[in-house]
Amino acid sequence: MIEVNSLVKIYSSKAKEVIGVNDVSLQIKEGEIYGIIGYSGAGKSSLIRCLNLLEKPTSGEVKIDGVDLTTLNEKALRKARQKIGMIFQHFYLASAKTVYENIAFALKAAGKTPKEIDVRVKELLELVGLSDKSSQYPAQLSGGQKQRVGIARALANNPKVLLCDEATSALDPSTTKSILNLLKTINRKLGLTIVLITHEMEVVKEICHRLAVMQDGKIIEEGLVYDIFANPIQPLTKDFIASVLQFELPQQLIENRKGTIIKIQFKGAIAEESVVSDLFQQFNVKGNILHGKIEYIQDVPLGIFIMELTGEDKEVERAIAYIEERTQNLEVVEHVA
Amino acid sequence: MLLESLQALLPELNTAVLQTIYMVAVALVSAIIIGLPLGVLLFVTDEGLFLRNKVVNHVTGWLVNLVRSIPYIILLVALLPLTKLIAGSTIGPTAASVSLSVAAIPFFARLVETSLREIDKGVIESAVAVGASPWMIIKDILVPEAKPGIVQGLTITTISLIGYSAMAGIIGGGGIGDLAIRFGYYRYDNTIMITTVIVLVVLVQIIQIGGDKISRVVDKR
Ligand SMILES: Nc1ncnc2c1ncn2[C@@H]1O[C@H](COP(=O)(O)OP(=O)(O)OP(=O)(O)O)[C@@H](O)[C@H]1O
Ligand SMILES: [Mg+2]
Repeated sequence: MIEVNSLVKIYSSKAKEVIGVNDVSLQIKEGEIYGIIGYSGAGKSSLIRCLNLLEKPTSGEVKIDGVDLTTLNEKALRKARQKIGMIFQHFYLASAKTVYENIAFALKAAGKTPKEIDVRVKELLELVGLSDKSSQYPAQLSGGQKQRVGIARALANNPKVLLCDEATSALDPSTTKSILNLLKTINRKLGLTIVLITHEMEVVKEICHRLAVMQDGKIIEEGLVYDIFANPIQPLTKDFIASVLQFELPQQLIENRKGTIIKIQFKGAIAEESVVSDLFQQFNVKGNILHGKIEYIQDVPLGIFIMELTGEDKEVERAIAYIEERTQNLEVVEHVA
Repeated sequence: MLLESLQALLPELNTAVLQTIYMVAVALVSAIIIGLPLGVLLFVTDEGLFLRNKVVNHVTGWLVNLVRSIPYIILLVALLPLTKLIAGSTIGPTAASVSLSVAAIPFFARLVETSLREIDKGVIESAVAVGASPWMIIKDILVPEAKPGIVQGLTITTISLIGYSAMAGIIGGGGIGDLAIRFGYYRYDNTIMITTVIVLVVLVQIIQIGGDKISRVVDKR
């Protein structure tokens, strides 16, 4: 659906050149929710703005549905943009237009007749749950409601792609959740491909299928969200994961332990198996859970436990080997020999 | 005695006020018809906007600055040949409205440009992202979004024009200024002098209050 090849975006002013996007290539499948995460200045906005050519790439290709946008003339580009919706952190609604008029504008831009516009706007208001706010001005709406108008406007011309630049960053947690749910519904109902930029791993966990981690204009890690959560490779990625799966034990707690502290991670189906109880049945060790959590990422469980094992050294070693074999993921945090 | 002289003055005053309104109205219409598009042009051809064009932007900007840098009283005299050509005469309110228009157009254009600058760039960008044409963005986004500022600009332009129109009175342009010069200055008639001042003050107040009110009504922010 979306194919980006060797995309470079350099901002040049008289004084200096700033690299926004540094040679990024990626492919996003139809119907996928693709997340891009990174700290401020990583180049996320630069990248997403190149996807509808709000920012003109310095070099590289941006193909949407097989068409390289960089080769289009102004008029063809406008047509193409009607099929690429975009929503923004600060909503960017026209303040002099009512909710209805804001959505109608997108349809008018696509040359629809007033009759078609009326039917479609009402449909969209229904979809985003704002039918009763039709004649209000943006100033009279809450942040969440404004973003819903933004979404309705972005979806007006039945786009194939929806670009979201920090669409929930200005919203409180519960509003964020409701907007994410709306995006999920749209993705499922309409088969819409969504590209979503964020700096919150919570958002990624909630909604994305695949994820790219950006740093200094480059994608440094990419993969299925679950895999990245289970197996982050880059330090930055680990940082982001830690923001959701915090497992810092107090140092004092670790020091006062007599046994071996291990960290086990259960992925997918394994998380539901009774590995731990099997362990205690088969080996003469005692276990003491210090910390534990099961996260559901895209409805697949990811369990992490920190345990203290006590018993004969030999037995503990065998127990550790057993868990390693069952889970393929074990880390010995502290071993008191 | 005061009342008597006022009464005698009334028909003259009436004509003068109407002449002033006429001159200012002609100049205002010119400002809206030519100055508004000029202000929009200055804005949309600027760096980073959807119709950026260095040449057009600089030439327009230079022209606007040129006219604006000439004091009105000098413009008035300098434009006499043009006035003769357009109005067929160099005296009277119609003649005065030529130079008033020339002064009002760039003045208003800059005010329009300034109020367009206050629109959040993101709002314009969101219109670009939706695939709207430049004309649609101008007509449906820029002008409506800047409306409160444009109305205020119109108020300021009107008030400045009233001041300029009084200057036009010096060379026989008609209107309240003309009246004040002829009677108040040449004949030392204080009654007329004070009356014209009061009329001008009231006129300006009404326009300011009315303008503010309209600007508030169209402001949905
Ligand atoms: N219009 C611009 N002109 C010049 N430099 C820019 C421009 N836009 C972005 N940059 C620069 O490009 C780099 C990437 O910026 P970008 O906005 O893409 O980051 P981001 O990941 O979206 O950050 P944030 O999370 O703060 O939104 C930064 O160094 C920024 O200063
Ligand atoms: Mg950004």
